[in-house]
Amino acid sequence: MMITGAIDMDIDDPRPVPEPALLHAPLDGAARRAGIFPQPDLPLTDPSVLSAPTLLKVERLNLFYGEKQALDDINLQVARHSVMSFIGPSGCGKSTLLRCLNRMNDLIDDVRIEGRVMMGDTDVYAPGTDVISLRKRAGMVFQKSNPFPKSIYENVAYGLRIQGQGDRVVLEEAVERSLKGAGLWEEVKDRLKESAQGLSGGQQQRLCIARALAVRPEIILMDEPCSALDPIATARVEELILELKREFTIVIVTHNMQQAARVSDHTAFFWMGKLIETGLTEKLFTNPGHRMTEDYITGRFG
Amino acid sequence: MRQFDQELKDLRDGILAMAGLAEQMIDLTNQALGERSQAKAEQVMAMDRSLDEWELKLDRLCVDLLALRSPAAGDLRLIASSLKIVPEIERIGDHCCNIARRATFVHPPILTGGLLERMGQETRGMVRWAVDAFIGSDAGLARTVINADDSVDELYGQIYRELLRLMMSDPLCIERASHLILVIKNWERIADQATNIAEEVLFILEGRSAKHAYLQSDSAE
Repeated sequence: MMITGAIDMDIDDPRPVPEPALLHAPLDGAARRAGIFPQPDLPLTDPSVLSAPTLLKVERLNLFYGEKQALDDINLQVARHSVMSFIGPSGCGKSTLLRCLNRMNDLIDDVRIEGRVMMGDTDVYAPGTDVISLRKRAGMVFQKSNPFPKSIYENVAYGLRIQGQGDRVVLEEAVERSLKGAGLWEEVKDRLKESAQGLSGGQQQRLCIARALAVRPEIILMDEPCSALDPIATARVEELILELKREFTIVIVTHNMQQAARVSDHTAFFWMGKLIETGLTEKLFTNPGHRMTEDYITGRFG
Repeated sequence: MRQFDQELKDLRDGILAMAGLAEQMIDLTNQALGERSQAKAEQVMAMDRSLDEWELKLDRLCVDLLALRSPAAGDLRLIASSLKIVPEIERIGDHCCNIARRATFVHPPILTGGLLERMGQETRGMVRWAVDAFIGSDAGLARTVINADDSVDELYGQIYRELLRLMMSDPLCIERASHLILVIKNWERIADQATNIAEEVLFILEGRSAKHAYLQSDSAE
């Protein structure tokens, strides 16, 4: 039978659906070499984060500066070896909460705190808790890098020295380990005796991270650590955060939402002293559960 | 209105214009088939160029928005889904051209009972609902589209069997029936395209993929 009409039969149905059996066919050589296996579920979240035990637990936390309430009934958990970011507009309480975690707010007059913060088995605000050892367990990195007016070496060794460590070998080992941990060793190993003030802004911030690492903390609290850095230095610190979480637990306050999205496993959104929403970062940034979170991360707040 | 909101509106309006064009092509295709109109068939094929131009334009807009606006949450879902909806609409145009090309080869009619017309109308209805669901942010209507796909699939099977029967009983039918098999296959694909658009609408509205439900029963949050 002849079919009249000049019709190209091939143009129909240009994207044939593979037979179901093909979906289970063995992989070809290239795919196998590349280690690609059929796996429809590829979450960005590190699965270990989902099952990690809790290291920090904040329960019904209220904080008052005099009459003014700055934190309102905060309940929050941070998993070990994870990165949690706190986001929210200025004055929302995110930095205040960060400072509650290692009792930095103790230094402010007229502060009243209710509720409980647990760091592992330690009740952070219990009367018998040793604040010095608490702050050793939870090191802090600030917005503005604040190296001491000393050499690079002495900046990193400082924490150990004030703990009474005088052994030169121990100190040298700690300085090298910490500078390597902060990704700064290769850049400064030949000038450890030079002043820390001569480093660039990004290097100074990584030096502060090295200083925090030297006393072997469990937790690193970062308060807008990249806000004064250029994009290249910021990228280095962000890469560093992802490396550091293998050994440490990190809580970071940031105004840069892309930074929260890039580095953190969990994100918590605060507004007017309240925790509005917390959850897996990828979920919070693609499908937040709360209208206020959506408005904030899409820039429609207020 | 913020600049970004204006750009998102431009994107929605662009998809709306593109979808409107595709709907016109579907109507003309149905008419070309029913009226054996070569002129209308050629009109369909001429309109495909505009659809292709829209695709390029909207693709570029989506990539620009992703690069320049760092969208999140609902904005991100709208842009990500638009990148998938736009090629679906463009594909609807291609299928219309495939059908229109055959408009004059399926006459005189061999199918009775208005089956072919029904398939064209049902498919057209699905596309309209999918577009309305997108415009009106209507999750219920999107689900209606997804459910309607089974009916079009059934109709496809029914017509296909009827065409086989006709070809076996009367060899003179074979040429027209061969063309008709490809016509109904293209209608069936357009219905799938409408379903895919409806699934994207649900993702935009609800933040969860509506695709491959059988894989998602245990991973839903």
